[in-house]
Amino acid sequence: MLAAILVMAGIAVAIGLALGWSAIRFKVEGNPLAEKIDAILPQTQCGQCGFLGCRPYAEAIAKGEADINLCPPGGEEGVKKLADLLGVEPKPLDETHGAPKPKSVAFIDEQTCIGCTLCIQACPVDAISGAAKQMHTIIAAECTGCELCLPPCPVDCITMVPIAEDLPHWKWKHPVVMLKQVSGDSSA
Amino acid sequence: MSRELFKFKGGVHPPEHKAESNARPVRAAPLPKKLVIPLRQHIGSPAKPLVSVGDRVLKGQMIGEADGTISAAVHASSSGIVSAVDQQPVPHISGLPDLCISIETDGRDEWVEHRPLDYRALAPADLRIRLRDLGLAGLGGAVFPSAVKLDPGAAQHCPTLIINGGECEPWITCDDVLMRTRADEILQGVAIMRHLLGSTEILVGIEDNKPEAIAAMQAAAARMDFAAEIMVVPARYPGGGAKQMIQVLTGREVPSGKLSTDIGIQVFNVGTAYALARAVHHGEPLISRLVTVTGHVLRPQNFEVLIGTPMHALITLAGDRDGTTGVLMGGPMMGMPMPNLDVPVVKATNCILVQSAELFPPLPKALPCIRCTRCADACPAELQPQELFRFAKAGDFGRAQEYHLFDCIECGCCSYVCPSHIPLVDFYRYAKSEIWTREKDKRAADLARERHEFRQFRQEREKKEKAEKLAAKAQAKRAELAAAPDAGGAAPSEADAKKALIAAALARAQAKKAETAPKNTDHLPPGTQREIEEIEARRAKIRELARQPLESDEKP
Ligand code: SF4
Ligand code: SF4
Ligand code: SF4
Ligand code: SF4
Repeated sequence: MLAAILVMAGIAVAIGLALGWSAIRFKVEGNPLAEKIDAILPQTQCGQCGFLGCRPYAEAIAKGEADINLCPPGGEEGVKKLADLLGVEPKPLDETHGAPKPKSVAFIDEQTCIGCTLCIQACPVDAISGAAKQMHTIIAAECTGCELCLPPCPVDCITMVPIAEDLPHWKWKHPVVMLKQVSGDSSA
Repeated sequence: MSRELFKFKGGVHPPEHKAESNARPVRAAPLPKKLVIPLRQHIGSPAKPLVSVGDRVLKGQMIGEADGTISAAVHASSSGIVSAVDQQPVPHISGLPDLCISIETDGRDEWVEHRPLDYRALAPADLRIRLRDLGLAGLGGAVFPSAVKLDPGAAQHCPTLIINGGECEPWITCDDVLMRTRADEILQGVAIMRHLLGSTEILVGIEDNKPEAIAAMQAAAARMDFAAEIMVVPARYPGGGAKQMIQVLTGREVPSGKLSTDIGIQVFNVGTAYALARAVHHGEPLISRLVTVTGHVLRPQNFEVLIGTPMHALITLAGDRDGTTGVLMGGPMMGMPMPNLDVPVVKATNCILVQSAELFPPLPKALPCIRCTRCADACPAELQPQELFRFAKAGDFGRAQEYHLFDCIECGCCSYVCPSHIPLVDFYRYAKSEIWTREKDKRAADLARERHEFRQFRQEREKKEKAEKLAAKAQAKRAELAAAPDAGGAAPSEADAKKALIAAALARAQAKKAETAPKNTDHLPPGTQREIEEIEARRAKIRELARQPLESDEKP
């Protein structure tokens, strides 16, 4: 009987040690929860949440150090998705960090640009091309609309242009159906 | 005939309204003064414009080239001068404009040089490129580039070729009339398809409400040197849907999320076969098609129409009437309301259906779903439309996809039978388009994440490289100092070397500063000079203070 208990205890200790060791030895880089949160964040990399990009914000949420309603580009829908993932109640967006805006891309007035390269250094996704003393251009398909290139420009030649709806981007709208109310039925 | 036919589930039988338009002979619509030819007339990438304003173009000249694999060229439908290459209204429900080439026609209708292709002598891949450059796209409604569909792919051949003459949608008769009048050319097109796909079994499905078309096609098939079976299928909407036609003719079902070619079947519309024959045997690009103009007009009929002709011209030709409430492109079940009538006829325009309150009374107000499941009984895709509706309405797109939203062919049977008159299909279109947009956004976010991570990696690397360079420099300096005769004689300690290094650097910096000292500090009034000196002294003190704890740190 005693031997059996000892054997069991021994096995438990051995497994515990092995697990502890493997936890250190095979430590996965990054936090899987942070990864999942990062997958929901819009990747605008604008820093409006108060962190240096989406990934640091995701890590802060994962550690419980930041609230889930700080990302304006993600909007209410983003907050809802985060709440679903974390199993908490969704809350309204914290407007002190900014309000959601229509999607836009930066546009450089190439006549005014002096080619100082300051915007390139500010762009978090390398979406601006150009060399020193040459005019700079935004690669619209890669611009996330973070607005980080606006303040550094010494000649204020960058503006944000909302993305206009065109045929390839057109979406069917939610049908506006006048559902006739049937007395006693409010489910529709 | 002798072959056993199968059935597809669901379906409806709306009033046919075919007799209105199929009795009159086909008439060529006159050449309009201006043609507006959209560059996006097919599924896939739009064509790239090849002409600019002021160019003279000939009939059949390529004015937009195919861009990428899934694309097709567009051509001038008549000769004239290019008057604009810009955004113009196109036949799309949104009313949004798209890039078009406008041509002021000169009335001469002068052809570009064109000659037949010897399709048997050409390598299949070359032939497909020629067909893409001749602008061939499916004329049954989906306008998928035909050259892509004519590639059997890795399988080398596609055993079964189905030619779809179903034309199940009410009011439309352009395929019916085409089969009655041009059966031989349709089958010549089929011969080319058969050649490219290596098909051994050719089935032509025609609904039993088109006896003249069936007779004409049977007579033509008897004249051909290959076997094409003309199969008469019972008329039931949406029997002309590709998947339904496959099921009725072969009894086989295309699995969810798969293509018909995955089970060795390819389907083409009769109009596409005809256009293919014109392209190969005459070298003519796709610049015209048959269009049914029907509904609330004086003389419903079929016209041979040049692509780019404005729709209002056709309605005038058919005799417009007072009391028009709207115009659909396509039939009443799947057609799309047109935002205005200046929009041109495109390759996808099979029918222009003019509506009146009498023919198409407005639907009564929608009522809540009573879960009668009549929609599910009518659905040919065997879906649960009432559930799809519930999820789409609530924005629960994940569940909608679990219920096979993407198997919905938007046939409208469910809306047609719904006793609550819910526009169900609109909800499915909304849900599909919402899902596509989200996927696009997700891809964009992934790209941004990747680029951001790469940027961080790059910055990190640059920082490291810089640090390494500095370290190497410091090392060199240290070696230099160590080599220099040392006043103390003793080997300099690491700390001493560091100090010497710092001192040297400081001296260098000071020398540099003195060199580049701003001129405006040279000749200052004594008062200012004194102030500056005071500040400098304060600074030196702060520096001293800042250094102290550091050194005291080092001692123990
Ligand atoms: S606020 Fe900007 S940086 Fe922060 S998570 Fe949202 S998109 Fe990313
Ligand atoms: S910051 Fe302004 S001026 Fe400088 S390169 Fe960018 S756009 Fe040009
Ligand atoms: S037919 Fe209409 S009312 Fe009946 S279950 Fe379907 S959606 Fe609901
Ligand atoms: S529109 Fe879609 S859901 Fe409705 S009957 Fe047709 S395939 Fe089924």
